[in-house]
Amino acid sequence: MARYDSLLDACGGTPLVGLPRLSPTVPDGAPPVRLWAKLEDRNPTGSIKDRAALFMVRAAEQAGRLRPGDTILEPTSGNTGISLAMVAKLRGYRLVCVMPENVSTERIQLLRMYGAEIIFSPAAGGSNQAVATAKQISADHPDWVMLYQYGNEANARAHYETTGPELLHDLPTITHFVAGLGTTGTLMGTGRFLREKVEGIQVVAAEPRYGELVYGLRNIDEGYVPELYDATVLNRRFSVGTRDAVLRTRQLVEVEGIFAGFSTGAILHAALAVAHEAVRDGRRADVAFVVCDGGWKYLSTGAYGGTLADAEGALEGQLWA
Amino acid sequence: MAIEVRIPTILRSYTGGAKVVEGAGDTLNDLLTDLDSRHAGLKARLVTDAGALHRFVNVYVNDEDVRFLGALDAKLSDGDSVTVLPAVAGGAFGFAAAAAISQHRAATAAFSQRRATAASVAARRAAVAPR
Repeated sequence: MARYDSLLDACGGTPLVGLPRLSPTVPDGAPPVRLWAKLEDRNPTGSIKDRAALFMVRAAEQAGRLRPGDTILEPTSGNTGISLAMVAKLRGYRLVCVMPENVSTERIQLLRMYGAEIIFSPAAGGSNQAVATAKQISADHPDWVMLYQYGNEANARAHYETTGPELLHDLPTITHFVAGLGTTGTLMGTGRFLREKVEGIQVVAAEPRYGELVYGLRNIDEGYVPELYDATVLNRRFSVGTRDAVLRTRQLVEVEGIFAGFSTGAILHAALAVAHEAVRDGRRADVAFVVCDGGWKYLSTGAYGGTLADAEGALEGQLWA
Repeated sequence: MAIEVRIPTILRSYTGGAKVVEGAGDTLNDLLTDLDSRHAGLKARLVTDAGALHRFVNVYVNDEDVRFLGALDAKLSDGDSVTVLPAVAGGAFGFAAAAAISQHRAATAAFSQRRATAASVAARRAAVAPR
């Protein structure tokens, strides 16, 4: 389908493309191992977060939590804010984002262009400062509506109802699903759907491993796990460092022509790991992974060129996923 | 048998400030017991009294989460690399969002109550107002 009544109706339905050059070669006579990329950068604002934003706003409208003219408040480091800003604009709401200073300038420009207001929390204080800022703002404005993507079931449901069915329709032979672990919505929703429909499906998480400065934790008891997270949906979980994420992001554009953000590189790293294991074990595999967004918003980091060490340095202390 | 273990900043008080320490063991539990013999108190920060990994601690063997490899029973081999990290899925901002929503729920409840009280006062006034 190529005609839609509005931009919101054009959300989802993204292409799944094969990666013949990045897929590992298998010995003669061995079953095929193939990689497939779900191009979520083809959503209205260019990221997978459009799905969650649309579902969360609709759910809040249906529950009577959101009425025309209301203000939505969301702490976000980027893509969710951009998606919510677009949905809010088209549905008649005001959006206020709370975000750290250390995100790329493109994200800030995009948010403002879509009409969001931004309140910054100082990067220097790490998450402790972000917590303090977010607490203060939310206490000062009890009438604002927080959709809270980390605990909002509509976030995971968006993927249960759309991403999962799309994947199964386009790749009935899917054996592995690999996605990034942030709010955990993509993995929980898509993972649950695929587990119900595909026997033996492997649901694999790739989480970005940042420098410790980003967290600013003082105590091990201060950790955080999103309410949406249910470990029983996953089969495996990989931690991917900045260097591997950058390496794979560059490989994806050099070899297959797909220009993606760094979180996608982290996901591809995990996808390649399971693909190579399948080759080693002589098993057939159709590994589908998520391309979360395009690389445009990250060009200013300079991490697409130069040496890997330079790129790692450029992303140090940044929230690249 | 030598296994390299990366320690996060917030636990380096147990390792004399060392970022990387070495240990031995056939399983993660054995490794942590071995480490604890030289870095007393470290194991208690990672493992609960009930004998499970602490909720806010993630341990990775060669970059893979041990909770999916048998947790404390995960098998280790010479040359493996073990990384201990605080659990902060969702990044720093998941953390902030969680704090904000708890604060917000409290504020919203108070706001709703004030509004309800104001509404009922207004209703009572309207009821007794002379026509």
